[in-house]
Amino acid sequence: MDLGGINPAVLIASLMVASVPILLAAIGELVVEKSGVLNVGVEGMMIMGAICGFITAVSTGNPFLGFAGGAAGGAALAFVFAVLTQSLLANQVATGLALTLFGLGLSSLMGQGYNGIKPPLTGPVPFGPLADLPVIGVILFSHDWVVYFSIAIIAAVWAVLKYTRTGLILRAVGENHDAAHALGYKVGRVRLLAILFGGAMAGMGGAYISLIRVPQWTDGITAGAGWIALAIVVFASWKPWRVLIGGYLFGGISVLQLNLQASGSRIPVEYLSMSPYLITILVLVIMSSGKGRASLNAPAALGQTFHASR
Amino acid sequence: MLTLEKRPTPSRFWSAATPVVAVILTMIAGGLLFALLGKDPVAAIRTIFWDPLFGEFAWYLRGQLLVKAGPLILIAIGLSLGFRAGIWNIGAEGQYIMGAIFGASVGLAAYPTESRLIFPAMILAGAFGGWLWGTIPAILKTRFNTNEILVSLMLVYVAERILSKAALGFLRNPEGAGFPGSRNFAQYPAASNPELIMGTGMHWGVVAAFIAVIFAYILLQRHILGFQIKLAGQAPRAARFHGVNPARMVMLCLGLSGALAGLAGVFEVTGPAGQISIDFNVGYGFTAIIVAFLGRLNPIGILLAGLLMALTYIGGEMASTNLGLPAAAIQAFQGMLLFFLLAVDVLTNYRIRLFARGAA
Repeated sequence: MDLGGINPAVLIASLMVASVPILLAAIGELVVEKSGVLNVGVEGMMIMGAICGFITAVSTGNPFLGFAGGAAGGAALAFVFAVLTQSLLANQVATGLALTLFGLGLSSLMGQGYNGIKPPLTGPVPFGPLADLPVIGVILFSHDWVVYFSIAIIAAVWAVLKYTRTGLILRAVGENHDAAHALGYKVGRVRLLAILFGGAMAGMGGAYISLIRVPQWTDGITAGAGWIALAIVVFASWKPWRVLIGGYLFGGISVLQLNLQASGSRIPVEYLSMSPYLITILVLVIMSSGKGRASLNAPAALGQTFHASR
Repeated sequence: MLTLEKRPTPSRFWSAATPVVAVILTMIAGGLLFALLGKDPVAAIRTIFWDPLFGEFAWYLRGQLLVKAGPLILIAIGLSLGFRAGIWNIGAEGQYIMGAIFGASVGLAAYPTESRLIFPAMILAGAFGGWLWGTIPAILKTRFNTNEILVSLMLVYVAERILSKAALGFLRNPEGAGFPGSRNFAQYPAASNPELIMGTGMHWGVVAAFIAVIFAYILLQRHILGFQIKLAGQAPRAARFHGVNPARMVMLCLGLSGALAGLAGVFEVTGPAGQISIDFNVGYGFTAIIVAFLGRLNPIGILLAGLLMALTYIGGEMASTNLGLPAAAIQAFQGMLLFFLLAVDVLTNYRIRLFARGAA
């Protein structure tokens, strides 16, 4: 079955791959925002993850270690954010912007000499005969481990937030940090851990771009994926499963426009490649307006600085 | 145990001293970074901060200082008004590009007519283009409650795509033998923005930047609108009681900062850049965010911060040719400056006190 030269099963399979970076970054940012911290430096953490993961994978020859390196790189930058916003009480938006500007510069500095190198390959998870099933095999059983990991981590975040004491504390800190502090919870520590988790996830997402999606290193490789991840958190109204829907929606659009470019569509390439950004804006408009607007679901203490006077 | 104690009012001393402290800390940390890259840190710092002003080629490089500082100051002045009111326009890069495209389009449409009116018309078109691109997030914010940070940033990517379409398509030089890029404005006197005084780097964009500094200073110090902008940022509730219309404030701040960024774009493309090309924009819109904060959102501060940031651009280029320091190092250096600034800024609003733990 072909639609204009595009096979739907292959399209679905490739949108699942395309959406992994933003899914990982968005679920990390969701946890950060649930703890009441707005980190707009996702783009910077992603690109640091992309280069750290790439360097680790190339120098060890092990793609799995590459992802660990990417997570470490993202978390390291997130740690700087945590120190600035939690200990030194800096403005979160300004610090997030600094993170992005610094990350873009530092990554391109670290990436000198890594242009044009191929990273070690990550193969698909061997499902044996399952992968040969028509349609379903291509969609469900032909991916690398990170695709399954991204779905699993969303399920895990959902379960932790909904069913565990840890999740309750995290949400309490994000909804009302003064009350959480009065109850004896360490607001700063909870937020530090959430920020580090967010950084690690964004870093892994970035590593996925440089190790699997592209796969090579170029300056500015993330191309706004971190910002789209931020938009997806708003789209998802801070609900984990909706991150998956949002991620697949954007993955679908970017794959579709790439396919249209490849199949020689009459729409100029420039206009096709701006479509993910325009659709992000459109989705933000739809989600933010009207009665059921997403912002009503935002954590109440989002973006506010916490300073315990006692 | 160190604890922070909130000051009743921000310290005036630290408010002025933090940028200086941040610059010194950045020089130290930057030196360490350069040493890690295997360069002599002292030589690198001297090449970046000293040689452009007093070194061998200072006669030429001092002029470049204004060329780079002009757009940075012009954009940062606009951004600072919004940042003061708590309105985060981070898409100045896109507004800068759109200003350049709009302005250049008017000039190229008039080619090869010679008239004194062409250049002013291009400037107006550039300001309009930037205003238009800044007003999109403003309208979406006031009408649909969308986040202006995300929308303005997304529009940067859209503007970059339009720029590449312009350079390769609708604004390409018909006599350019198929090469990307528009006609060069340096060869079209009616539309060009030449150096006004030889050797100073002074062009109309720099003049506009100085005028913007003066206007912003008067606006913030003497005008009711400036008071309202400051009030909206410091006490949004009080601002509403004062009769400040938040929607109007958003439209004003985003529109004005967009228009100033657009102006910077059209001055750049007619002057130092010379033509619309795929990558004529070099990230001034993003660096201007650092300039605005480094100048403490104060017009005079922004003027000084813009000059300093221009110095790092020029010194960075010199260090890259003379010492082989990667060009990206300077970008990391600029980002680091913002980190240190935000970090030491805690001293403005808080006192550091020594407390025995558990005493309270």
